[in-house]
Order: sequence, then structure tokens, then C-alpha cells
Amino acid sequence: MIRINCPVCGLRNETEFTYGADANVQRPEMGEEDTQPWVDYVFNRENPRGWHREYWHHAQGCRQWLVLERNTLTHEIGSCQLARGVEA
Amino acid sequence: MKRLPTGGRIDRTAPLKVRFDSQDLPAFQGDTLSSAMLAGGVSLVGRSFKYHRPRGIYSAGVEEPGAIVHLRDGNRHEPNARATVTEAFDGLTATSQNAWPSLGFDIGAVNNWLSPFFSAGFYYKTFIGPFKHSTKFWMTCETFIRKAAGMGRATYLDDPDHYEKCNAFCDVLVIGGGVAGLSAALAAGRAGAQVMLVEQDVDLGGAVLSDPVSSDGDSWVASALSELEALNNVRILTRTTAFGAYDGDAYGLIERVSDHIKAPENHQVRQRYWLVHAKRAVMATGAIERPLVFGGNDLPGVMLAGATRTYLNRYAVLAAENVVVATNNDSAYQVATDLARAGAQVLLADMRPDPSEEVVKLAQQADVTVMPAHGVIQARGGKKVTYAMLVPVDVTGRAQGSPQKFEADLIAVSGGWTPVVHLWSQRYGKPVYQEDSACFVPDAQEGQTLQGAGTAAAAESLADVIAQGFARGAEAATAVGHPDSVGIIPDAFATGPFWQQGLHPAWAVLTPQGKTQGKAFVDFQHDVKISDIDQAHLEGYVSVEHLKRYTTLGMATDQGKLANVNALSRMAELRGKDIPEVGTTTFRPPFTPISVGAIVGHEHGRHFRPTRLSPIHHWHVENGAKMTEAGAWIRPWYYPQGTEDLTAAYIREATHVREHVGMVDVSTLGKIAVQGPDAAEFLNRIYVNGWKTLAVGRLRYGVMLREDGFVMDDGATARLGEHDYFMSTTTANAAKVLAFAEHLLQTAWKDLRVHVTTVTDQWAAIAVAGSKARALLTQVSDADLSRETLPNNHWTTARIGDVDIRIHRMSYSGELAYELYIPAGFGRHVWETLYAAGSEFDLRPYGTESMGALRIEKGHVAGPELEGRTTMKDLGLEGFASSKKPFVGSVLRKREVLEDPARPTLVGLEVEGDTGAKPGSLLFSLAGEAKGHGDGWVSSTTYSPALGKNIAMGLLKNGKDRKGEVIRIVNFVGDQTLKAKVVSHHFFDPEGERQNG
Amino acid sequence: MTKYSALSVFRHALNGNKNWARAWRDPEPKTEYDVVIVGGGGHGLATAYYLAKEHGITNVAVVEKGWLGGGNTGRNTTIVRSNYMMPGNTMFYERSMKLWENLSQDLNYNVMISQRGQYNLCHSPGQMDAARRRGNIMRANGIDAELFDRAEVRRRLPYLDYSEKARFPIHGAIFQSRAGTARHDAVAWGFARGADSHGVDILQQREVTGYLWDRGRITGVQTNRGDIRAKKVALCVAGHSGHLAKMAGLRLPIETHSLQAFVTEPYKPLVDTVISFGAAHFYISQSDKGGLVLGGDLDMYNSYAQRGGLPIVEHTLASAKALMPSVSRLKLLRHWAGVMDMSMDGSPFITKTPVEGLYLNGGWCYGGFKATPASGWCFAHTIVKDEPHEDNAEFRLDRFNRGYQIDEKGMGPQPNAH
Repeated sequence: MIRINCPVCGLRNETEFTYGADANVQRPEMGEEDTQPWVDYVFNRENPRGWHREYWHHAQGCRQWLVLERNTLTHEIGSCQLARGVEA
Repeated sequence: MKRLPTGGRIDRTAPLKVRFDSQDLPAFQGDTLSSAMLAGGVSLVGRSFKYHRPRGIYSAGVEEPGAIVHLRDGNRHEPNARATVTEAFDGLTATSQNAWPSLGFDIGAVNNWLSPFFSAGFYYKTFIGPFKHSTKFWMTCETFIRKAAGMGRATYLDDPDHYEKCNAFCDVLVIGGGVAGLSAALAAGRAGAQVMLVEQDVDLGGAVLSDPVSSDGDSWVASALSELEALNNVRILTRTTAFGAYDGDAYGLIERVSDHIKAPENHQVRQRYWLVHAKRAVMATGAIERPLVFGGNDLPGVMLAGATRTYLNRYAVLAAENVVVATNNDSAYQVATDLARAGAQVLLADMRPDPSEEVVKLAQQADVTVMPAHGVIQARGGKKVTYAMLVPVDVTGRAQGSPQKFEADLIAVSGGWTPVVHLWSQRYGKPVYQEDSACFVPDAQEGQTLQGAGTAAAAESLADVIAQGFARGAEAATAVGHPDSVGIIPDAFATGPFWQQGLHPAWAVLTPQGKTQGKAFVDFQHDVKISDIDQAHLEGYVSVEHLKRYTTLGMATDQGKLANVNALSRMAELRGKDIPEVGTTTFRPPFTPISVGAIVGHEHGRHFRPTRLSPIHHWHVENGAKMTEAGAWIRPWYYPQGTEDLTAAYIREATHVREHVGMVDVSTLGKIAVQGPDAAEFLNRIYVNGWKTLAVGRLRYGVMLREDGFVMDDGATARLGEHDYFMSTTTANAAKVLAFAEHLLQTAWKDLRVHVTTVTDQWAAIAVAGSKARALLTQVSDADLSRETLPNNHWTTARIGDVDIRIHRMSYSGELAYELYIPAGFGRHVWETLYAAGSEFDLRPYGTESMGALRIEKGHVAGPELEGRTTMKDLGLEGFASSKKPFVGSVLRKREVLEDPARPTLVGLEVEGDTGAKPGSLLFSLAGEAKGHGDGWVSSTTYSPALGKNIAMGLLKNGKDRKGEVIRIVNFVGDQTLKAKVVSHHFFDPEGERQNG
Repeated sequence: MTKYSALSVFRHALNGNKNWARAWRDPEPKTEYDVVIVGGGGHGLATAYYLAKEHGITNVAVVEKGWLGGGNTGRNTTIVRSNYMMPGNTMFYERSMKLWENLSQDLNYNVMISQRGQYNLCHSPGQMDAARRRGNIMRANGIDAELFDRAEVRRRLPYLDYSEKARFPIHGAIFQSRAGTARHDAVAWGFARGADSHGVDILQQREVTGYLWDRGRITGVQTNRGDIRAKKVALCVAGHSGHLAKMAGLRLPIETHSLQAFVTEPYKPLVDTVISFGAAHFYISQSDKGGLVLGGDLDMYNSYAQRGGLPIVEHTLASAKALMPSVSRLKLLRHWAGVMDMSMDGSPFITKTPVEGLYLNGGWCYGGFKATPASGWCFAHTIVKDEPHEDNAEFRLDRFNRGYQIDEKGMGPQPNAH
């Protein structure tokens, strides 16, 4: 039972959240017309063994998207911030 | 075997009726089923898995491999219950399992004689069969193998008992209520931490419970317990097993609330699942004694030494009067001494040549004959031990002379002890081997929130047990912010030789040639012998995981609690390596088997998943609607009149809408408030079509794509105000669309000043459709709904009675139609108001089936077409896409395969003949064979009352160019082939005259 | 290779089982191979076997970081089926099924193919329609499939919940009679023994730590126990594909997730088929030993941890009881997890890569076990011919650039949803 320290709601069980995706992947600008940047954004992943920055959605809570640092080998949890507040 | 007249921790004033097979057992409150069996002279309890060899009681705890029975009967029947941890209760019935026709005479025992052929891996080498490309031969053999395998027989009856789950939070969870656990709880409790102390046994005390009553240990435990009970920050749970340690410092516990009585009391649960969030935990789970391996070591009457002492001191049962104790360490001396003092003739064979004088003296004072440098090489007997064959041995357990026969009805064995490190290992990985204690222990590291203490961490003495427990408890309390004084550490009390004292890691007694004298078992339940390990090694299955899987060692219900270390020792010898090099297998939860029902709690039957109900739901049910599942929702499917079936009802309902007026509950539609100065820009990006020109008071149909350019959802969005939009989504995709919108706004489009909120549950929605819809709503509301004031795709506010609502003019059915959005609490009221007022207009409710028929007649896409693999082009929605702006998916939708003109596209199908097509049928041209993936598939079908024929929608390759062609519709799994003409999917009123009227 | 048979078992038994030969050798590696396969699971060993058997390429090594069959081959729920409907998948999985049906004979190793059938239950009219489409595509491709209504499912599987209490009533099921189970470990061991007998070197306890390069081309692997040169390097490391691809400078359309599995204590026969619940990600079968094998869901977040979290334990057991209420008093014996290559459309890769000399077999999501024989067969073909067989023609890395998404569930590019 991973527990996530939501900046809005405090420490809550993983069951309140849904996992989103790799938070290092940058969505291209709306005007981007080439296919490859979109393919990279939508499909290709770094998929690291170890620390991973990732989006989680507090779907059963404040409905905020969060950027969480989590270790994919040990499931250790690092920092957790509102996605809105994270510099792109 | 007999019950002693005095002693033990049983209540002799409370006799219990306990029955095993046809035998009544003399049991008292405080007994376990196994102690009652021993008191009643039962030695044969079960049969082993593979060879159906006789099995007796081997232990007194959770590690029991042999005394496994059916418990209770009827719908409370429980297979594979361990007699050793089944508390006796009045009315307990148990029966033997895995034996036919009877436990005493089991046909399956023929396997025993065939055992040389059932060697390790024999299944893999045989039953292949002579027939190429056929699995029949194996499957025929398998039928018999399956019947012979398995252990207990389960029932198909529903479980009558209740279970519950509860969450708990604490600073320090102490697992195990023995001396180490009590010490840990004392330290943490005194420091002021919130402590939970859990113990799987009914009583606290751990190993002390196996000491004679009123020993020093008893008073130590009593004193610790009374102090703990006085601390209101300490909660104690007994009959509670910590089965797993999980991420996030979560621990799973099962509390057996009612398993010690015949049936749970009224309103009480059978078991309770605790999910405990503990900041720190102390694993004081003790150690399990290890068997010694020799010929016939599985016979009933061979028992762990410590268990014989437990039966003696805790249950006042002397398991036998002629006892041979076999050991490689000091702890068995106390066993021998206690048994002798209780009246048994005891011979102690110690594999070590030079046991300490101290322990030898202890034994001799009790008239125990001590034979150093001796081991048991074979147990003999039929269905129970009658003789022990003793032999002089060297330090490795190799025989140095010829065996001598000794009468014995019990062989008590101690091959050392194995710390119970399961929970630590589940959490942190493989434990490390500690050479001097010959066991695996936790690899304690900085930052671990779960720490071992006491014998679970291979403590060296009772004082060390207390010190470790106390220290771990104190450290845990400090770590969570309770650095208060923990007071003075409790003193140790007098006790016998400690468990790992003087251990010599010889684990088997073999002939001078290194062979076993008869079958020598390492895993008792799965019948894995030394020779099986040897064979696995010969064949190259040398890693511990290969060994386990090839021989099934450690995979029985005891999960290798007894077998693993001995098996590793053998493999290490064979490979000429150390045990650490050979390694151990991974410990997996649960520590002991847990019932499925306990984890499920109340979430079964109707409560398996939440159910979402429209605010108007109960009206539908009260008025006879047949309901159907739509994701989490339950919706009215149709409203049968009389004996009408689905087909008759939907045709009538759809006809009625076209001819008169109907209303349907569409409250399940997703509804999202989109608000803020940049709301139009947001809509412009997330929808394919343009939104900047939509005026307040109007609404528009929109299509949304996924990031990869496939269609995600569709629906109408109304502009309620300058910065205020009301978006509707399909019922199925509401949550997905909202989460997606939030993701975009919070991660990529942070500059947009927009807020999205679900308002699905705030609004009931009713669609009123049919030529009389305007007349009806004009009468019942205060709104001006004239064509001029409210053309299609406009909305207005209105009042029905005292309720303020919104009326959106839009049509899904193709009729003159309105959607009414009503504050949810008034949904049913407005529905009933409409229904009452509607009688003069012949208003009827209609369900999802006829709603589907109407939308198919109109050619609107829905779930079956929006199936996640279709593009706008495929569905004929391309025209909605704006070419003037980018939108979500606008680039990736243009990838080459998605632009292929031959892709299946949406068409209408007019089916020939009187029989309708089935959705999911495949489309083929008239010529050629019907095979492969076909030219497409049928997505939606209905009988069209308006057209008087069976119609369908489907996706057909080159569909646009095939209008007028007659094709085949093949439903292979329904044995149906039909012909149909390809037409436009806008079957009915393609100009939209009715909806715009 | 000693031929296995009842007779050989009998003869060895008379000799006290002392003369069994190793099932595969434990050789010292050569300095160079034609093909080095990274990963000694079912797919890697099958690839080696078919390279030797079908193409006569025997100068092959399989390099395994742990013990063979120790990854997902030894952790899965052993289901074998060929009920795929997307072009690109259908015939690949049917090839696999056909290979399964003769695999024990082919390998002279009983991998215990038990075609006890699989039911995919439907709980709404919409699910019935989707099942019909799948069944029709199977039948049109020569694969067996039947669609049953509720009454027929009830007649065949009377122990499921047909009561008023069922949250998701059973409307019917699609059934494949040739589906079933196989003994997972035996598949790895049988392929290992078969490959070894053709001269393939199986090198266990040897972890690949990097590649050997020559002018932009991969020419071998570095391992923790020395370098091994190879003309071609083939990855069969599902779960860790991303990691090994990254060492070669590739980013893959894959995320690694952990999938849980469960087994109960052994019982006398209760469930004689494979049943998939349609209302949650859950399926159940019973092993020959008697344990009920329960397949659960992904933990939903990227993970290499090979252990599962509590929420899915709860979810899986709740699904079990919802489907088959009588499991309530039965006991869970063990639960574990494997790490999966979850691809972006739910379908695999058997392909050359943009890096010359490097071939990729991965992206199996949680369907890799059933694919094992065909995966090896097609990968061997691809490695030898430098182009795919028609059955794996679409399992290419560039399919996302082209828009050829093979999405059986229609979930879109969300790896944990497949």
C-alpha cells in the first residue's frame, strides 16, 4: 500500500489515486505539426529502473495531478508536488 | 499417549465434545485438536500428498505438514485445517482427508510402492503419448492425476459467515507476543508510542507457554502483561496473524474472531482483516524447530522435540512412554528431561560427540540415558513408530557402525531452529545466512522500518531476547517521536538450555556409504526425499528455484517452513558450496494461508462494486422497468407491458416515440462544468471542432480524440455564460474525459484560466422526444419553446412547478426533442410531474434498448462504434474537424495507416429477409470464401419500426464506395448468414426535418 | 540426449535413479557465437531451439542473469489460448496454439498441455456483442470458438454466481475449447533441454551489462563474467526490455509494470477449465496439484519490484468471491508478481531494431506465456532472414509512427490498461 503525501490532502493511500504516466515526457506545443515529437510524447518511454518522476491523479480526493518521485525498484517515495506548481 | 492427571494450561472443569472421524476425543477447554488427538490415542491423522503415506502429528504449530484435516461440515466445511492450531471447541467435528476408502486403508498408498518410478520430475518424462499433434493422451492421464492430487475436498456451498475489514494506525506494531515481543511492547509502550501487539496464539507468552505451569516464565509474562494492559496506548490482539508486510509500512493481519467456537455468534464476524499502517514494526516472530532427516522420519510418532514438550507442559499430554530423543543441539535436553520427569523412558541420541557436561548432567538427573555421537538412522513401524534404529555417527551424521534397535513409540527430533523471517523477507528481500547459528536471519540495514528481535533474529540467550526486544521497541518509539524514558529493562528468568545453544549443523543420518536407510524425507507433505534432491542435482536442476520447482519441495501448505534449510544443506553438499552460495528461495505472503473471505470482507455479492443510480431510479423500478448494467450504472432497459419480451417492448417504445412522445432518463450522461476566461480556447483544443463562435444560449455537438488521434468521445456542450460552459459526455467515458481534461490543464496548458468540475451527480437529465414534445413541455413549463424562440441546438431556462430547470433543444432520436436538466434532488419530482401531465399527450417512458433503436435509425454513433480503434474518418465524423486550428490528436490522426482509404468505414445495412443481424457478425462480399478478418463487421443492429425492416450499422472496407452493393453478413458462432444492401447509415429522415421542426 | 519415456523412467528406477544425465549442460562460453540470445526464459530458449531445429543455426548461446525460466516464465498463470481478433495477432497466436499441441512430442518433454477450455464471461449485452465479434473472427480464421448464453454457461459451470445477488450477472460466454494450461516451468526446461541437445550453450548466472560495438553495429555482449562476441544479439528479456534497449541507445514504447498472481492451497478438483471474469481483471483455473490459480491485475504503476501491493490482493480475492462465492472459505497459499513489458497498444514486438546487429523480442504485456513457442519460432525466422515472417509482420517498433496499433482492448496508448 503505497502512501502518497498529497500537498492538498495529506498522506493518503494509493487507492485514492490513479497512476498517470512518466512526468518527464513533455507534451509538444499545440502548434507542433511534425509527427515524431507526438509519437515520442504519446508512445516512447524512458522506463527507468530506479527513481522515476511520474504523474499521479488524486482522483478520489482533490482532483489534482501530482508529480511524484518514486523508486520503481523499491517503491520508495520521494517528493510530491502539484503538477501545476512544477516548472516544465 | 495419555493425559496426565495434573498440570497443563487446560481447563479440566470444561470438557468438550470433539470428534475426529468416528472417534470421540477427550478434550478440554484450552486444548487444540491435535492435543486432543494425542490425548485420545490418535496417531494416524492424514495421508501425504504424493505417496499417500501415513501422517501423524509432527509439530504443535503453524508449520504442521501432516495433521491436516477437514473441519466442520455443511456450508462451514473447511478443508486443509491444521489440527495443531485448531482450538478445540464444543461440538468440533473433524474428518480425515486425502484418503480413500478410509484413512487406515487408503488405496492411494499403492503409490508408495511405486515411488521409485514417481521420482523427481517423472511427470515431465512420461505421459507424452504416442500421438503427434494431440494432447488427448496426456489429458486422459491427467484426469486421474488430478483426482489423486489435491488435499482436502472443498464445497460449492456459499459461505454463511461474515467478515470485515478495518484500518488501523499505530506508531509501533509488535508482531509476536512471546518474550521478545512483550519486551518490545513494554519499551515502546512506556515511551508513550501508540503500540499494537499481535499474537497468532490465543495466549501471550510464546515459548513460555511450553514451560511447565507456574514456572518463572509464567510470572514474567504475567507481570509484563499486567503492565501492558494498564497502558492505554497499547492495544493487544490475540488469535491474530500478521500474514504480510507490504509497501508503505502496511501490514495485513487476520484476527480469528470466531474460529474457536462452533459458529460465529449473531452479528459477529468469523474473521477480521486488519490493514495496519505502522510507522515502525518489530518482528518478534520466534523460530521454528528443524527436523532431522533419516529413514522413515515421516512415520507417525516422529515429532519435533519442542512439540512433544509443548504437548506435555501446555496440554498435559504425554505423547508416548518410550521415547528416543534425537538432537544436534542442547535444546532437546530440556525436552528429554521434562518427558522423563513425566514418567517416560527416555533415550537421548546426540549427534555431537561432546555435549556439554551441564546438559548431560541435567538429563542424567532425570534418568535420561544420553548417547553422545549417536543418531537415529531409521524409524521403523507400520502406521506408527515401533522401533528406532540408533547408530554411532561422526560429526557429519555419517554412520560409524551397525545400527542397534530400540523400542520406541515416539522419536522426538531437533535439528536446530529456523528463525521466522518471513515478514522481513517479504518486505526487504532475501535474508542472510548466519554461520554460527546455521540459519537465515534478517539483513538489518539502516532505514528499515521493520526490525527483527529475539529468536527471529537469532538471539543467543533469553537475556539477549529480552534485550533485543526492549531495544527494538525503544528505538522504534524514539524514531516516531516518543523518546520518553523506557524505564528499566526486565530481568531474565531461569529457563532451560537456549534453542541454538551448542548447535552442530549436521542434519541427516546416513549410512557409511552416504545413503539413507529407507526413504528419508525432507518435505513431509509433498513427499520429497533426499534421493529426489540428489536426482534433481544429477539432472542439473541445481539452483534453489529449480530444485523447488522440479521436486515441489517447499510448495506444500507449510511452504517449506520445515524443509527449506535441510534441502539447502543437501544441495550445498552436492554442489560443494556453502549454503549462502546456494541461496534461499524468496518468501512470499501470506505467512500462513488466509481465507479468501476474510480479505474480501463485505465486498461481495451486490457490494462487489459500487452501484450508481440515477435520481429517478426508484421510479423505474416501481413502475416495472427491466434494468440493465451500464458500467457502474443500472439503467432502465425497457418497460414491458404485460408479458412483452425485450423485442416487443423496444419496438413498441420506439414506435411510440416516433408517433407520439416519450421520455427517457439520461441522468447517467457525464456532465462537466467548464468555466473560466479561457474556456472557449480549452474547448477549441480538446474538441476537433471550433468553439470560439458559439454564442451564449447555444449548444453544439463535439467530437474528442485521444492523443493518438482515435476518437475518444462525443457529446454536446452548451454555452451557459460568457465564461461558463456545460459539457456532456457519454455515460461510459465521463470519468476518462474529466481526468484527461484535468491532466491537460494541470500539466500542459497551465496558462489557460479554466476550471473543470464534474456535475454529473448534480443534475438529473430527461430527454423528451416525439412530435408532441413541444406541446407537452409548453403545457407543463413556463418556457417559450416555439421553433422561432428555441430552434434546435439552443437552450433556455424554464420552470416546472417550483423547480428551476434548463431545457436544451437537441435530438438523439431524430425527433423533435428536448433534454431537461434538473437539479438532482428534484429529478424524480419533475419526471413524475411530466408523467402526470403527459397522459393527455400519451407520454410513455422508454428505455435504453429503444433509445438504441432510434439512434441507429438516425445513424448516430455510440459505444459499439466508439470502440477505441476507430477514427473520425472511419465513422464519417471527419466533417466536424476544423482545419483552422490544432486540437488534441490532430497530428497523429494523420498517420499513414489511419489515412488508408481502404479502412473500414461506417455504413448502413438493410438486411434482407425477416431475420435481423447480430452485432459482431462479419461482413464479406458475395463472391469468394468467408474467411480471414472479412471486409468489416456489424457494430449495431435493430429492427427499425420506422422503416419496417431490419437494419444495422457496420464498418466496411471502402464503405463509401460500396453503396448499393449486396454483401454477406456472417455470424459463425450463431450459424447465421444473411444478405444486406449497403446504404447510408442515416437511415431515417436524413435531412433532419423532424428534429428541426 | 537420453530419450524420456515411461520405459526410461522404469529402467532408471531399477537402478535407483542414480544414472540420470543432466537435462542441459553447464558449458564454458565460447568466445564467439553466431547468435547470442539475452534472456533464458521461455522465449529466449524457444528462440534458441527453433534457430537450431528450423534453421540449423547451432552456434548459439543463451545468456541468463539468474536461473533459466526464473522470470515471467516461472511466474505466470500458465494460460494458453489463441482468441485474438486483431489482424497481426490472430494468426500469430494460432501458430502458437498449433505448436503447443505438438510441443511435448516435439521436445520429448511433457509440458502438460491441458486443453481444458477457456470461458470469457460476458456481463452485459454489449459484452456479448464484442465477444461475438471476437468469436466470429476466430472462426473465420479457422480457430475454434463458441458463444454460449447464460443457460448454457450455467449448465457447464454451475458453481458460479447466478443468484440475484450477483453485482454483474452472467449473460453468457465465449468459449475456446482448445485453450487451457501448460506447466510453465516445464516449458523452459523442455526448450532448454531441446536447445542444448542441438548444441546451444546455456550460460546461467551471467548478466549482460553492455554491448560490444564496431562502427555503430553491435558485435556482442559484455557480461559480469566477461565479453562474448556475436554476429547477432537478440533480446528476450520481457520486463527488462527497456533497460537493455537503453544500453543500446533505444527508447521503447514500453513501460514495465508488475502483475500479480495467486495460488490457493491444493484441493480436490473444483474447477476443470479456465474462467475469465468479464467484470474485472480476474481469471481462475486449477492446477494439476489442486491449487486454484488466480490471475489478478497490474499494480497500475511502473515497477520492477516483482512483488505485489495489497490493493490488488484485495481486488483479486474480491473478484474471486464475486465470481465463485464458495471460494470464501478456501485459503490463499501464496501470492507473487512478475514484471511485464507493457507496450503502448498491448501487443508485442518481434523485430529487428534500428541498431544493426540487435534484435528485439518483447512487449508481451501479460500475454507472453501463451506466445512462447510461436515467439521463438518467429523470432528465429526474423533473426535468420533479417525480415519478419508473415505471422509477426506487424510486431514492429515503427508501427506507432505508421498508426498500425494492434489494440485488442481498444484502450489506446495507456500501457496499464491493456
